[in-house]
Amino acid sequence: MRDEEKKPPCFPRSGARALLEQLTAAGVEVIFGYPGGAVLTIYDALLESPIRHVLPRHEQSAVHAADGYARVSGRLGVCLATSGPGAANMVTGIANAFMDSIPMLIITGQVSTWLLGTDSFQEVDITGITMPITKHNYLVKHAQDIPRVVREAIHIATTGRPGPVLIDLPRDVLDGEVKPEAGAPAELKSYKYFSKGNLGQIKEAAKALARSQKPVIYAGGGIIISGAGDALRELTEKTGIPVVTTLNGIGSIAARHPNNLGMVGMHGTTTANLAVHECDLLLAVGVRFDDRVTSGLTEQFAPKAQVLHIDIDPAEIGKVLRPRIPIVGDARLVLTDLLPLTGPCAIEPWRERLRDWQKQYPLCYEPDGRLNPQLIMEALGEACGGEACVVTDVGQHQMWAAQFYPVTRPRRFITSAGLGTMGFGLPAAIGAQIACPDDLICLVTGDGSFQMNVQELATLRQYSLPVKIILMNNGVLGMVRQMQQTFYRERYNEIQLTANPDFVALAAAYGIRGLRVEKPADTRPALREAVRTREPVLLDFVISPDEVVLPMIHPGKVITEMLEGGEGDA
Amino acid sequence: MLRTIAVLVDNSPGVLARISGLFARRGFNIYSLTVCQTENPLISLMIIVVEADAERIEQVTKQLHKQVVVHKVTDLTEMEVVNREMALVRVKVKPETRLEILQVADVFRGRVVDLGRGSLTVEMTGDESKINAFLRAMRPHGVQELVRTGRIAMTRADS
Repeated sequence: MRDEEKKPPCFPRSGARALLEQLTAAGVEVIFGYPGGAVLTIYDALLESPIRHVLPRHEQSAVHAADGYARVSGRLGVCLATSGPGAANMVTGIANAFMDSIPMLIITGQVSTWLLGTDSFQEVDITGITMPITKHNYLVKHAQDIPRVVREAIHIATTGRPGPVLIDLPRDVLDGEVKPEAGAPAELKSYKYFSKGNLGQIKEAAKALARSQKPVIYAGGGIIISGAGDALRELTEKTGIPVVTTLNGIGSIAARHPNNLGMVGMHGTTTANLAVHECDLLLAVGVRFDDRVTSGLTEQFAPKAQVLHIDIDPAEIGKVLRPRIPIVGDARLVLTDLLPLTGPCAIEPWRERLRDWQKQYPLCYEPDGRLNPQLIMEALGEACGGEACVVTDVGQHQMWAAQFYPVTRPRRFITSAGLGTMGFGLPAAIGAQIACPDDLICLVTGDGSFQMNVQELATLRQYSLPVKIILMNNGVLGMVRQMQQTFYRERYNEIQLTANPDFVALAAAYGIRGLRVEKPADTRPALREAVRTREPVLLDFVISPDEVVLPMIHPGKVITEMLEGGEGDA
Repeated sequence: MLRTIAVLVDNSPGVLARISGLFARRGFNIYSLTVCQTENPLISLMIIVVEADAERIEQVTKQLHKQVVVHKVTDLTEMEVVNREMALVRVKVKPETRLEILQVADVFRGRVVDLGRGSLTVEMTGDESKINAFLRAMRPHGVQELVRTGRIAMTRADS
């Protein structure tokens, strides 16, 4: 094609072009998208835009990829799909991002304004559908509004408690002309968010910490979102107060930090759960007292403790549990203000007791000569020196990764925590690798979750993304099986994945190297080799369907009624 | 208990769905809801009456505050307010009951706004208990049709 022919047609500036200009101005570098009829003008304008476009094989994956991109980098994730089925396919991904407070911009095409509400081809009311799962959404009816709406949407998505914001753009609005405008910053009189916490409350918190004999810090995803990891480490090291983390809080403090008692909740460590049960003060930071942590029994959660709750979202304060001292504010800013008011706590007897519990109830498993999943996670930690970013799917493998992979720092453990979305892992790993092309990204997945978005192997190949896929293949829906075993007296139903493909051959069909690992002795060499290459690799680890995640607290039971692991007594 | 909340919102399409959806999602049954434009045409006022205890209403108030379209939320329940509701009541009348019904309507400061062959329609303004009392008086005669606006409320000037 000659150069003249490639030049943009001399039309007035279209809504689509204005959209991309705003995104560029906001620093957006990548869009994960899938084209279709209603967004053709955007795809045409993309030809002249500096923004990179990544094409997954399903709109849901576009959202998960933008999600993984945002979690790893802390930046805004942007995804795009056409109207109707394209938009509807994004719904699970949006709900997932909403639950875990991910800064995300979702752009959907829509039928032309004169067709709205007429059940026209590929029309769906996506703003109506996503109202409860977005921080905010827009249906833009005039092209001239696009620049302002995009600025507002990005402002809302990235400030306060972050979240997904959707912009629905009818076809004629994308085609319409946008005249140059002043480019004033987003003006949203009705949108407010908190940043610094109330100093009086912070002083109260410091006093309570100084008085406490048995304090515990309960650290969640808010620490990672706000970049409070360093402040948390300083606080625990200065005061000696031990830390338990939520699933999304993994990485807020290094797994092997001596003050880290591990994950709290349903599959948390016994010590973390006992610590919360016995503590006299619970400093909850960036957490929302999820029922996977509290077993849904809020009266019996931290029953002896006065609770201090720091959260940027005032609606989280008192939603599940009423704290003695609430502090509304950004976790990093609040902890930074709190730090100089604290000193070493005289809590040696408490720490001694915690150490005893840790000795008594270590997170362990009985190597039985078979390929134990916990062993795979430990070996992965060794192979990559804890430097990898681990992305997980949802199920047993997710819990084994949470328990046994030693995460060293924030944004290095990416998991669908709040919604628990099977199929999240592979596209999220793609987004993570796009965000950090030089980093080692390892996907830990199961044969159930993996097959929910397995088509993304093509995306992996197309963009030569060197993601390492650690597949824990037990031929069953392991977490469901474990629940049927425990709560339904081993009346197993619909958990056999009998027609699983040969995953190595499947990977090969996509041009990806695969390797089947069946013996414990082969684990370390296989992982070392995979980590060394600059290519995507799939390792198909064949594990037993009898492997279970322990410890385990039944939903509706208190921490002290925990099922223990370690002695093969499952 | 019934609580009255005043919510100032953007006057734009979809806002009512956003607010009512939030109540539905959190399991609140809306008793009544009135919406209208305020002195500022860009802003609407919603008066929402819901059944909830103080703790749950605090949660829903906070959730309302988070909505980008919401400017201000006021729980009027514990405040000094003027409450009003209007009802249009069509009552069956016979020649022998007509006088009694007109007298009762007069006692309640109602106004007759329509007359039919076998009915008359009374406009009634007041708080809910007054309207309920009037309805109790009318039921033996036969209430053929009833329209109530739901509660509107405003804080007293010097409270």
